[in-house]
Amino acid sequence: MTYLAKPRLLADVQPKNALGFTRRDYEGAISTLCAGCGHDSTSAAIVQACFELDIEPHRVAKLSGIGCSSKTPDYFLGASHGFNSVHGRMPSVATGAALANRDLTYLGVSGDGDSASIGIGQFAHAMRRGVNMAYIVENNGVYGLTKGQFSATADKGSKSKKGVLNADSPIDLVALALQLGATYVARSFSGDKDQLVPLIKGALRHKGPAFIDVLSPCVTFNNHAGSTKSYDYVREHNEAVNRIEVIMARNAIEASYAPGSLRRVVQHDGSVLMLRKLGLDYDPTDRIGAMNHLHERNALGEIVTGLLYVDESAEDLHRHLNTVETPLNQLDDAELCPGNDLLQALNASLR
Amino acid sequence: MSRANAGQPGHFHEVIDCQLACPAHTPVPEYLRLIAAGRYADSYMINWYSNVFPGILGRVCDRPCEPACRRGRVDEEPVAICRMKRVAADLKGDIRAQLPTASTPGNGKKIACIGAGPASLTVARDLALEGYQVTVFDGGKQAGGMMRSQIPKFRLPDSVIDEECGYVADLGVEIVLDRWIDSLGAFRAEGWDAVFVGTGAPRGRDADLPGRHEAAENIHVGIDWLSNLAFGHIDSVGKRVIVLGGGNTAMDCCRSARRLGAEDVRVIVRSGFDEMKASPWEKEEALHEGIVIQNCMVPMEFVHDKGKLTGVVFEHVEVQFDAKGKRALVPTGRMETVGCDQVLIAIGQENSFTWIERDIGLEFDKWGMPALNEKTLQSSIPNIFFGGDAALGPKNIITAVAQGHEAAISIDLFLQGKDVVADRPGDMVTLASQKMGIHEWAYDNAISEEDRQKVPMRDLEIALKDVRLELELGFDVKKACAEAERCLNCDMATVFTPQTCIECDSCVDICPTECITFTDDGEEDDLRGRLKAPAPNHDQPLYVADGLKTGRVMVKDENLCLHCGLCSERCPTNAWDMQKVDWLVAHAGA
Repeated sequence: MTYLAKPRLLADVQPKNALGFTRRDYEGAISTLCAGCGHDSTSAAIVQACFELDIEPHRVAKLSGIGCSSKTPDYFLGASHGFNSVHGRMPSVATGAALANRDLTYLGVSGDGDSASIGIGQFAHAMRRGVNMAYIVENNGVYGLTKGQFSATADKGSKSKKGVLNADSPIDLVALALQLGATYVARSFSGDKDQLVPLIKGALRHKGPAFIDVLSPCVTFNNHAGSTKSYDYVREHNEAVNRIEVIMARNAIEASYAPGSLRRVVQHDGSVLMLRKLGLDYDPTDRIGAMNHLHERNALGEIVTGLLYVDESAEDLHRHLNTVETPLNQLDDAELCPGNDLLQALNASLR
Repeated sequence: MSRANAGQPGHFHEVIDCQLACPAHTPVPEYLRLIAAGRYADSYMINWYSNVFPGILGRVCDRPCEPACRRGRVDEEPVAICRMKRVAADLKGDIRAQLPTASTPGNGKKIACIGAGPASLTVARDLALEGYQVTVFDGGKQAGGMMRSQIPKFRLPDSVIDEECGYVADLGVEIVLDRWIDSLGAFRAEGWDAVFVGTGAPRGRDADLPGRHEAAENIHVGIDWLSNLAFGHIDSVGKRVIVLGGGNTAMDCCRSARRLGAEDVRVIVRSGFDEMKASPWEKEEALHEGIVIQNCMVPMEFVHDKGKLTGVVFEHVEVQFDAKGKRALVPTGRMETVGCDQVLIAIGQENSFTWIERDIGLEFDKWGMPALNEKTLQSSIPNIFFGGDAALGPKNIITAVAQGHEAAISIDLFLQGKDVVADRPGDMVTLASQKMGIHEWAYDNAISEEDRQKVPMRDLEIALKDVRLELELGFDVKKACAEAERCLNCDMATVFTPQTCIECDSCVDICPTECITFTDDGEEDDLRGRLKAPAPNHDQPLYVADGLKTGRVMVKDENLCLHCGLCSERCPTNAWDMQKVDWLVAHAGA
C-alpha cells in the first residue's frame, strides 16, 4: 500500500476520451492492498476499459462482497454507484438492482472466497438466471485477508507459502459458468492487460451474464514456487485461445486483417468483438467445445485464457421475465397498480 | 533500442533538467531542499561553489534553468529557481566561517586576469583555492565588470556586488583597479605564468542613420548610457525617450529612463513582440511600469531641428516566415515619425580587441574574435586563455562563470605540464538510495499543488522615483518554503533493477503521469509510439531496461516523471528505488 495519495494532474497533458475524461477520472480512492497485488492491476484494467468505452461513470453500479477483491471497487470508478454487500451475497444484490433499473451497467467484483466458497450458490443462480452484468472474479487461490489459507480454487497438489500441500479438489469457476448458462465466459491474467482490458470491455458491452475469471496473484501469500497462482506459474502455463478487440458500433470496422484469422461476433448493442485466433482452430461460439477444450488443457496442466465462449443471441433475465422496457424504478403508482376495476376484471376472468 | 546509457549516471544526470540547463550545472534541487530545511547558509555555499555569485545571479540571472524546469511541463509555471538563490543569499547570515581559504603555502605561480567581471573573478577564485597567486586588473574604480556598470541598481544593488566580489578578494586575490591595459604584448612581458582575458563585450553597436551625427547630443549608445548612470554621471533624461532594440539592455534602458523622470518611454523594435530577445519577465516588468513597446518598426532617420533631436522616422515592416521558418522583415513603405527628446540605442554589443596587437602570435578568426579551443578556452598562445563575453561573444553572467571554471581547469592543467584536453578531470556523480523505511524517503516526495509564488515588489509609485532603489523585495521564508516545495526533486532518480522485477504492473498502475510501460523491445521511434502515454518530447530520454523474465523491456518516459516515488512505494520487490544523483561538475584541482 501507499501512504501518499496519487498526485493530482496539474496540467492538461493526458489523453482524453470522447466524453472529455482522462483515465484518471475513472480512478477511485488510493488502494490499501499490498504492493504488487494483482487486484490493483485488475482495477487498473477496469479503469482502462471504462475509459476506452467512453462510459459515463454515473451510469455504472459496482457491487462486491467481502475480501481483498471485494475491497477493490473503492479503488476504481469513484464517481459510480457502489454496494459492498454481505460476504458472498453480491449476486443477490446485483440481481435485485438489475431488476429494479435495467438501464445501468452492472459490474460485480468478487474473489475466489466470496464466489467459490461462501457465495457459490449465489454465483450459480446469478449465472443461470441470466442477470445482465459483468461478473469478475479476482482469483488468487488463497484467503489473503486471513493470512493465506487455501481457497476453494487452489489446485490439488499446489503448495502453500508454509509448504503445506493442498489435498482438496479445486473448483473451476469457468467450467461452472459454462455449465450454468453464462453467455460470455473468459479467463485472463492480471499481469496481461493487453488481453484483460478488451475482455472487460466485451463483458461490459455484453447483454446477459458475462463472467471473467481473472488470475490475480496474491503477492504476499501465494507468489512462491509450488503455487499454481503465482506470477511466474501463470505466465509459464498461460495458453491463450484468442485475442479480442472490441470495436464500438459507431466506429468503422477496418478489414485489414488476413482473412480466416479473424472471427467477427456482433453483440446486441451493435458492438463488434473481433477475435483473432492464436494457432489452434478454436470456436468460441461452441459451448460444448469450449468445455471440452477447457478440461483437456486443464488435464495437461495448462491455464486456458481468452474469450472461451460467447453467445451471439444471448438473452438476459429481463427477457426471461418479459418485463417492460422502462426500468421498474421509473414506473409510477398508476402503472404499477392499475386499480380495482382491472383487478376485478382479472379475477372474474379466472372464475 | 540501445541501452548504452540506461541505468548509468550518464542517463540520470540528463533527467535533472535545471542542472543540465545551467551552464555552471548548479545542483538546483539540492539547494532548494536546503532552503526548505532552513539551511540557508548551506544552500548558499552549494551555489557559491557552482556559480560564485549567488546573490547577484539570484537577482539578474538569465535563468536558462527555468524554461527547462520539469514543473513547467506538468504545471503552468516552472519553479522560481532564480529568485530562490536570492533567498539563500538574503537569509544566510554570516557565512565567512564556512568559506574556504586559499591553499597555503602557494605554489608560487602568478596568474593575471584582465577585467574584473564574472569570468575573471571565477578564474581568480578557482585558482586562488588551488594555491595560485592571482591578480585581477580592471580599468574601472570598482570590481564587478558589466554586473556593476550595466545592470541598473534598482535590479542589482552595489552592496550585493561588493559582498560577493569581496569573498573572492578575501582569498588573497589582488584586485588592481583603475589600471587600463592597452597592450597585451607589453603586459605579457611582465612575467605572468598565465594570462586570462575576461574583458567582456564593451562596445555598444551604434545606429548609423541620417541625422545621427547632427543630433548626437540627444542620442546615446545604451550600455555607455547605463554605465554613466551606474557611476552617477547622469541624473536626468528627456521627457520623451525612444529606446531602439528589443533585448535585455533595451529593457534596462527604458526602465532606467522611466525612473529618471521620462514621461513617455517607448521601446521600438524591428521584430515582432514574441521574437524580441529580452526575457519574457523583463518585457512584462517594463510593460507593468507603463512603458510602451512598439513592434515591426525599423528606424530610418533621426529628425532634428538645428541639431536638437525632435523625433525618429520609422518604416513599418511585416514579419514573414518562409517554409524553413527563417524570418524576413518585409518593408511596407509606410513611414511614421515618432516624436522624442532622446534616443537610447540598445541594438547589440560587440567585442573590442584593439588593445591586442596582431603581431604577438595570437590568432583571430574572420569575425575578429580570438581563435580558441571552445572547450579549453586556450588561445593560440598557450598561456593565454579567454572567457566570458570576450571568448565566444556576448552571452550572460552564468555562461561567463561556467567559462571561468573551464578556463581555470585549463590554466591549472597547463601550468602542471598536463594536457589541457586529455587530462581534464571528469565530473563526479554518485547515486545513493534515499529509502529510510517502507514509505519513508530522505526527501519530501509529496507533490505540492501550490502555484508559483510572486516575488514581493516595492510599491511602484515609490520605486519609479528612485533609479537606485531596489524594486524586488525577495521572498520571505513562508513564500520561499512554498516555492521550494514546488520542486519535483528531479535529482531523485528512479533506478530500476530488472533482475528483481516480477512484472506485476503495480508501478505502471500507480504512476500518476503514466510514464512507465512494459512492452516488447523496439527502436526508439517505434517504442515512443506505443507507450501507455504518448512520448512526443524527443528532448527527454527514454529509460529502457531489459533482463526481464518475459523478455519484454521496461520503458520509462522521463519527460513527465514527478519523482514522487510511488512506483517504488508500490513495488513489492524493491525493483524500483529512489536514488539521489549528486552531480558535481569538475573544477580546477578536482
